[in-house]
Amino acid sequence: MASAVILLLIVLAVLIGPYVWRVPINEIDFASKLDGPSWTHPLGTDDLGQDILARLLYGGRISLAVGLCAMLVAAIVGVMVGAIAGMSRGGIDAALMWLADLFLSLPQLPLLLLISYLFRDALTKLIGTQGGIFLIVVLVIGGLRWMQVARLVRAQILSIREKEFIEAARALGASSIRQVVRHILPNALGPVIVAGTIDVANAIIAESTLSFLGLGFPPDIPTWGRVLFDAKDTIDIAPHWAIFAGSAIFLTVLTINFIGDGLRDALDPRRVL
Amino acid sequence: MSRQYVIRRLLIAVPSLFGISIILFSVLALAPGDPFSEIAANPAIPPEVAASLRAKFGLDDPVYLRYLHWLAAMIHGDWGFSFASRIDVDRLIMQRLPTTIIVIGAAQLLAILVALPVGVLAGTRPYSIFDQIANTLAFVGFSLPTFFTGLLLILLFSVKLDWLPIVYSTDLSSTGWQWLWDEVKQSIMPVLVLGLFQGASLVRYVRSAVLDVVRLDYITTARSKGIGERAVISRHVVRTALIPVVTLVALQMPAVFGGAIVTEQIFRVPGIGSLLISAMLSNDTPVIMAVTFVLSCLVVLFNLIADILYGWLDPRISYR
Repeated sequence: MASAVILLLIVLAVLIGPYVWRVPINEIDFASKLDGPSWTHPLGTDDLGQDILARLLYGGRISLAVGLCAMLVAAIVGVMVGAIAGMSRGGIDAALMWLADLFLSLPQLPLLLLISYLFRDALTKLIGTQGGIFLIVVLVIGGLRWMQVARLVRAQILSIREKEFIEAARALGASSIRQVVRHILPNALGPVIVAGTIDVANAIIAESTLSFLGLGFPPDIPTWGRVLFDAKDTIDIAPHWAIFAGSAIFLTVLTINFIGDGLRDALDPRRVL
Repeated sequence: MSRQYVIRRLLIAVPSLFGISIILFSVLALAPGDPFSEIAANPAIPPEVAASLRAKFGLDDPVYLRYLHWLAAMIHGDWGFSFASRIDVDRLIMQRLPTTIIVIGAAQLLAILVALPVGVLAGTRPYSIFDQIANTLAFVGFSLPTFFTGLLLILLFSVKLDWLPIVYSTDLSSTGWQWLWDEVKQSIMPVLVLGLFQGASLVRYVRSAVLDVVRLDYITTARSKGIGERAVISRHVVRTALIPVVTLVALQMPAVFGGAIVTEQIFRVPGIGSLLISAMLSNDTPVIMAVTFVLSCLVVLFNLIADILYGWLDPRISYR
């Protein structure tokens, strides 16, 4: 419960914050560079004298948006693959599950780095820096995380499709798409929601990792990982910079994980004890 | 364990290696940008020469032929030449790989040493205070991204306390015991960061595996025979509960390599992960491809080992 409140506060801060805290994110002021927290700059300033609070609020939008969109991509691909595998027995099912296993054994971070390295320039030329990198990060993170959802959906479908109410729907002439969409999926959603919640946290970590390695968003888009990347070289003289950025990631991920766990307890009928 | 089982597992691993190589190659082939664009744009090189160069390197061949050429080169160990380091890629990787393996191995060992006792204790006393504390710490542990823990440790141990060196160095001047001590001192933080992150998620797996086993009938039987609680836990519960944990350790391997890249980058450990990052920053494509391929192979290898271990630990599997 507490985590839901904290997460809500973070989301609200990120959504409304930039309208309340109207300090521009790129106002350079060398006179007050690397200052610690003060009344004019509640979280201090970075090496160019830019306000860290404003940067974190703005960057948080992108970090959270990446997390949510990547989760949606993973969930949509996962539900589709899982549904197709679950409804079609035999060859297609086996092939899709083999593919899922294959993707599970891919090292995600190197592949993520590789793809964003190879495709970044072309896409940024096509639709602009921000949009291009956003798209690539979301698609790749989402595209490497659908396996869990696909397996869950398939397992759920395999058990639900033998239930009487599905048989009734089939007897009434429902097509298999209708059976899946109207009758099976709503009953299989619980575990998918749990997996999706945890995927948001993982995607946020993945994006921050990419930015932290200096291979994600450019410096003018201060996502949390990017801020941390910029902060790491001055950690001995300005530790507040790295600590605030890292804490933002940590708190968000922690609360999302706790919420996912709570949802699992609430939605899982065979809970322990 | 039957030999058939091992062979079957090996045969399953081969197609997944092919699958991974196909995925890697298609990423490379789909990537925009032509390695010969500079040559084509260079006015000093006549177009016929450029065309013959393209033909010589097989760039005009159909995709499947290029894939086969690439695969053959990869299997032969002919991984190309690093533009940035001026040596062959395979030698470069062989220089870097041992460091990574040592760091990852030590971290996994640490993770298991922490996670096993904590997970077993938490699982045998579910919802006790110990369990709740362990659970909360586990959540904190795997919600803290490795790059942040790394920075925090540097801040605490290197900047504030000045106990440990920030940067990992390969050519330590000291010898003998002093050398060993320096080596340990500079490896503590990378291993700690990686090990605690892995350990945190492992604790939860161990706990739930123990919880599943502890309620089974044969445990009640063991208790009713008068075996002491300690013996029941160590001989009966833990042994069975560890079987799924082996698979989970293997399934974590891709994440471990991801974490290794980050920690190596933070602490400047000269392993394969920091090689990957520096190759990306200097556009050294042969190195990037080779490192990704090596990491994928390692993951498949560890999955294979886990599968075989699984068959050995759980005789019910082998004859299926």
